[in-house]
Amino acid sequence: MTYLSHHLPALQVIVPMLTAPLVLLLKPDGLARLATTAASALAFAIAIAMTMGVLDGHTYTYRMGGWPAPYGIELAVDQFSALLLLVVTGASTFALLAGQRSVDADIDSSRQPLFYAAWLLALAGLSGIPISADAFNIFVFMEISSLASYVIIAGGPDRRALPAVFKYLIMGTVGATFYLIGIGLIYLMTGTLNMADMELRIHEVGDQKPILVAAGFITVGLALKAAVFPLHVWLPNAYTYAPNTVTVFLAACSTKVSLYLLMRFDFFVFQGNLAGHDMQFAAFLMPLAVLAILVGSAVALFEKNIKRLLAYSSIAQIGYIVLGVSFVTIAGLTASAVHIFNHALAKGALFLTVCCFATQCTGLRLTDLGGIARRMPWTAGALVVSGFSLLGIPGTAGFISKWYLIVAAFEQGPLGMALIAVIVVSSLMAVVYIWRIVEAIYFGESTIDLSAVREAPAAMLIVTWIAALANIYFGVVPEIPVSLSISAADTLLEHLP
Amino acid sequence: MNILGLFYYWVFAIVLMIGFYAVIAKSNYVKKLIGLSIFQAAVFLLYITMGKIDNGTAPIFQDAATVYSNPLPQVLILTAIVVGISTTALGLGIVVRIREEYGSIEESDIQERDRQ
Repeated sequence: MTYLSHHLPALQVIVPMLTAPLVLLLKPDGLARLATTAASALAFAIAIAMTMGVLDGHTYTYRMGGWPAPYGIELAVDQFSALLLLVVTGASTFALLAGQRSVDADIDSSRQPLFYAAWLLALAGLSGIPISADAFNIFVFMEISSLASYVIIAGGPDRRALPAVFKYLIMGTVGATFYLIGIGLIYLMTGTLNMADMELRIHEVGDQKPILVAAGFITVGLALKAAVFPLHVWLPNAYTYAPNTVTVFLAACSTKVSLYLLMRFDFFVFQGNLAGHDMQFAAFLMPLAVLAILVGSAVALFEKNIKRLLAYSSIAQIGYIVLGVSFVTIAGLTASAVHIFNHALAKGALFLTVCCFATQCTGLRLTDLGGIARRMPWTAGALVVSGFSLLGIPGTAGFISKWYLIVAAFEQGPLGMALIAVIVVSSLMAVVYIWRIVEAIYFGESTIDLSAVREAPAAMLIVTWIAALANIYFGVVPEIPVSLSISAADTLLEHLP
Repeated sequence: MNILGLFYYWVFAIVLMIGFYAVIAKSNYVKKLIGLSIFQAAVFLLYITMGKIDNGTAPIFQDAATVYSNPLPQVLILTAIVVGISTTALGLGIVVRIREEYGSIEESDIQERDRQ
């Protein structure tokens, strides 16, 4: 048992990655989906096992190929990585469990093994980023996950997905290449790729200018990948025209992984080393976060398509996470880390309900969905519950992270008051856009004929409701994400001089 | 100013910007991808440059040599080249699909057709 638990960090990536080529061979109907779901569930189980270990005070390190740390590639799992692993593997597992009907509708059965193989590669890449402690290895995982996500986003029947994914490919590659330039400059000055080793050696560098440039490249590159305003333009179309199951998976975790990496680099590697880095970092990110929160919510107010509306709301929510980061305090970072988890819960559950609607109804504009709650009461109920969590109603997960964010803003003095006003205004806008959805589905009249619409399949509903109820569970018993986030914030900030 | 001594880095910066310009300014999808490839190639140059030391030889033990070049950046960049090729291939694949669906690979045409 101890022998196996030692290998968990490697297995986390290897299980989905090695299942991917096997899935390609599984031609008969349903087998590919079964194998993918099993691999994803196993990855989720590994993530839970490591989270339990981490909560007991364990940290996992793993030397790839037995080479010692600064020379070989090191895998390391601490509280922050564990939080991200839960989000990534959980999102994938829930989406796969719920998504059978939806994938069948979007993708021909002959191409499904290819689709699922790409899905597993995306999962392997996204879970590889939080695990790896080697900057170049992270770049490789980032590209594996990005290339695979482009494929699954473009896999659906909607032709508008293609230009959307092309834009995402261009912007994603530019972001990743910026990251690569940053890593190159650091390697040039320090001669190391291991993040812990970089942190130690950057002090010894005489001329800090290249490191400062590297910090700029890495921050902007990752902000592009994380869809931080105003670098978000690839996100709304990519989420809207992707197959619904893919939107559930990627909306819940892909931008968060980039945000995780941004925090890792800027706090763990640069913060203690560059003079005044915290100030520059905060001054750069805080205005962007405020703009993201206000603009994202304002655009969501006027969107007509439910997926697009939720995509713009994601941009605002990413703004909340960045705002917490820009405080550079324990409270702020805790709020961000908790929000990474809680927003994944809320947005994942919301997109799952969209997935349910899409299997029964042909259109996803609010006018198409008018009055659909009378036909699909259970799905509509799950939407309301997870919508409450997105708003931050007390008793839901969303409330916990909003609370932490407001407490963190409170510590900032007069500026904090202005920021609290921003949070409140944006929450009110969120009330309006969630109400627009609720009003449409409960009280609206559809422009298309809904008389044949019936409730979504039971299997889908059960998974959707589990996700919705998880929002309430983690709103009432928030110990696990909160304690992981507090330790994450501690580790990130302990390097501050 | 040590401009000539930093010759390699100037090449890196100029090639990088040529590629970046094409990515941003061109509306033809294939031209955008060409720009992206140039952009990535510039980064390969940066990595290869940093591994080279004056009079350094390949890192193989021999009596005559005392200074060795660092092989690691080249290994890294082999990986990055593979990533770059995959990205270009996937990008071109998407462009082929766009051509099939829209009959054009000009950004403005496609936006117009989506609005209809």
